[in-house]
Amino acid sequence: MSEIRTLTIDGEMISAPAGATVLDAAREHGIRIPTLCHLDGLSDTGACRLCLVEIEGNNRLQPACVTRVEEQMVVRSSSPRIEKYRRMILELLFAEGNHVCAVCVVNGHCDLQDLAYDVGMDHVRFDYLHPQREVDSSHDRFVLDHNRCILCARCVRVCDEIEGAQTLDIAGRGVASWIVSDLEERWGEARSCTSCGKCLLVCPTGSLFEKGLRHADSSRKADFLRYMVNVTRRQK
Amino acid sequence: MTIEDLYQIGALYREQLASFRAEIQICGSGTCRSAGAAEIQRAFESVCEEEGIRPEIRIVTTGCMGLCGQGPLLRVLPGDVTYTRITAGDAERIIREHVINGKPLKERMLPEDYPFFTRQTPVVLEHMGRIDPESIEDYIAHGGYEALAKAVTYQSPEHIILEIRNAGLRGRGGGGYPTGLKWDIVRRGTSQQKYVVCNADEGDPGAFMDRAMLEGNPHAILEGMAVAGYAVGATQGFVYVRGEYPLAVDRMKRAITEAERKQLLGNRIFDSGFSFRVDLRMGAGAFVSGEETALLHSIEGKRGQPNPRPPYPSQVGLWGKPTVVNNVETFANVAPIIHRGARWFQGIGTKRSTGTKVFALAGRVRDTGLIEVPMGTTLREVIFDIGGGITDGGSFKAVQTGGPSGGCIPEKHLDIPVDYESLAQAGSIMGSGGMIVMDDSSCMVDVAAYFMEFCQSESCGKCIPCRVGTVQLSRLLDRIRRGVASEQDIETLEELCVMVKDTSLCGLGQAAPNPVISALHFFRPEFERHYRDHVCEAGVCPVHSTEAAGDAAGIESGGAHV
Repeated sequence: MSEIRTLTIDGEMISAPAGATVLDAAREHGIRIPTLCHLDGLSDTGACRLCLVEIEGNNRLQPACVTRVEEQMVVRSSSPRIEKYRRMILELLFAEGNHVCAVCVVNGHCDLQDLAYDVGMDHVRFDYLHPQREVDSSHDRFVLDHNRCILCARCVRVCDEIEGAQTLDIAGRGVASWIVSDLEERWGEARSCTSCGKCLLVCPTGSLFEKGLRHADSSRKADFLRYMVNVTRRQK
Repeated sequence: MTIEDLYQIGALYREQLASFRAEIQICGSGTCRSAGAAEIQRAFESVCEEEGIRPEIRIVTTGCMGLCGQGPLLRVLPGDVTYTRITAGDAERIIREHVINGKPLKERMLPEDYPFFTRQTPVVLEHMGRIDPESIEDYIAHGGYEALAKAVTYQSPEHIILEIRNAGLRGRGGGGYPTGLKWDIVRRGTSQQKYVVCNADEGDPGAFMDRAMLEGNPHAILEGMAVAGYAVGATQGFVYVRGEYPLAVDRMKRAITEAERKQLLGNRIFDSGFSFRVDLRMGAGAFVSGEETALLHSIEGKRGQPNPRPPYPSQVGLWGKPTVVNNVETFANVAPIIHRGARWFQGIGTKRSTGTKVFALAGRVRDTGLIEVPMGTTLREVIFDIGGGITDGGSFKAVQTGGPSGGCIPEKHLDIPVDYESLAQAGSIMGSGGMIVMDDSSCMVDVAAYFMEFCQSESCGKCIPCRVGTVQLSRLLDRIRRGVASEQDIETLEELCVMVKDTSLCGLGQAAPNPVISALHFFRPEFERHYRDHVCEAGVCPVHSTEAAGDAAGIESGGAHV
């Protein structure tokens, strides 16, 4: 049996197994911490910065998804400062790509949109960058719309860690980073792609979708990963 | 190779050196090479041939001699006479009058008491510009590898770590973390495999300390790494150097090969049980790869992107193993500490920042170049005594320390001592040691915009605050530069600076707003002049008239709602 750690999150005394992350512990106890790059079953990168929490005795904000629980830890998942930053992060994301919800295939089923509603983001005060981005529809079944991509790299990780194909990766730097398939080929020409479609299931926005299917009609199955990981573990 | 063998190599080489009638050292650093050092060397060689004295004269290309602003530099021994701004045409006179007739050219030489040199305390730069960086024998003749010999044959790893801790050596990459403490964490790691990594991915605009050290004295870095390897129990080291430094790469490669040939790297060094290999890895030109976790990813062959810390590389580093990651200058300090002891090192600098620091002094000072001063030297001493003050009779405005992660320090803080704490208090950082001096011809808004532009294009793109936040900051600063910003923009700028600082994943993003924050703190009226009066006093920014500003603001504001 694993050791148990006792900690406080938002004033609530909770316990969690040693080695668990603050995010795991919080969710286990119904405390909601927003995330975009995190997905159960995939490795964590701490990239989206939405799950930043305050930990007493530490000046720096820490990402809950990669911070391990410690005995007597005092965590605050919500404060005016954190709320402000989360909203700003979302504003920055909306200003970065071309996110026009009204004409998006996942309108109503989008993690980014949901989070924006949650934090009450009704306008963006930064310059919209209006980047010139492509839509790659060269694949037989799938489409990659770079306009909606927030570079959370869930698709990259699922392709590598679950499917093992390593078709997708990130190229470029800064705001010019973009998802590529194989050696910057068009997706349809990427020979390593197994067309498994896992990347579509984990995409939090309308960046990856299936041709001919209206995603507004079918909600995503983000929890399928947990199921798959559990099945794999049982087999081992 | 035994210690006796080492001493013998040194003695033989010193004998060889003594047999020459004179020695001509030509600065062969990147800066002086680009100003024609190779051509100058050929000219001196051919004049010596003509005079029939070629075999009696040693002509050698050294590493950086320091006074880059007056290069190419040349030194004649005996006498230690330094000549500045040498051309190939000077060869004849210098050989005939100085070398043959023994009468130095008074009007061309640098005065012996030239403050640029006399006010420095060279520790890591002690042999720089004096030895042949392509000759391991020359390094050995100057006491090289004796510290390694001493360490592996007489001292325990614990003793070495204690010595480094007692010396108070702190990371010279800018962070200032106690080196001994870092080594101790790695030594205590239970893994069989451990690594030592030299961070030579210098990318700060205006900084060239690491490049100069790699080019000028590569063995000093290898020796420091080997001592570190022995102290922590590592058998493999990596030098991660930027690909933009081809000469540094060449010299380091050569140094590794020579050290292996002499069995100073490799198996059973000095017949001890300690084996240590060093390999070189070239960076592909990403500033973020200087961040230690990104650097380790790059060595592993992955995309150079940082990881959240903790865990730190000293616990989980290269391929998951405990890894020492230190900067070039940190390693260069190791051999002198082992050689002369912690007490000697403690005696230099201040109580909490011991030893010296190398700076690349650049900008509007008379004498630019590479300098080394004890920690605690004031900025005023560095800029006015060593650097010779502001050029062309201009007046001092600010000094930018720490590169894109640092800040601008105004005149009222010129008397602060240069150490980790004082610089931080003044709103800047030590950084790796870039120091850019500015006078009235610089506009602080423009400077802040320049550094933000740099960070924006060097962001790896992994985390959102850094990837997008820096772009937005850049755009806001550009609006101020063009005189089209509003009060609201300044508020947004300040708010966004704090947010990017607080929420970014790695040091690049966390420090990116620093130049803006410090510029706003010390030079706020200058910002206000731009956006209120549409005036750039330095005449650098393309500020608009009020009407144009109004038009532009209308076009610029916001886009569609979500």
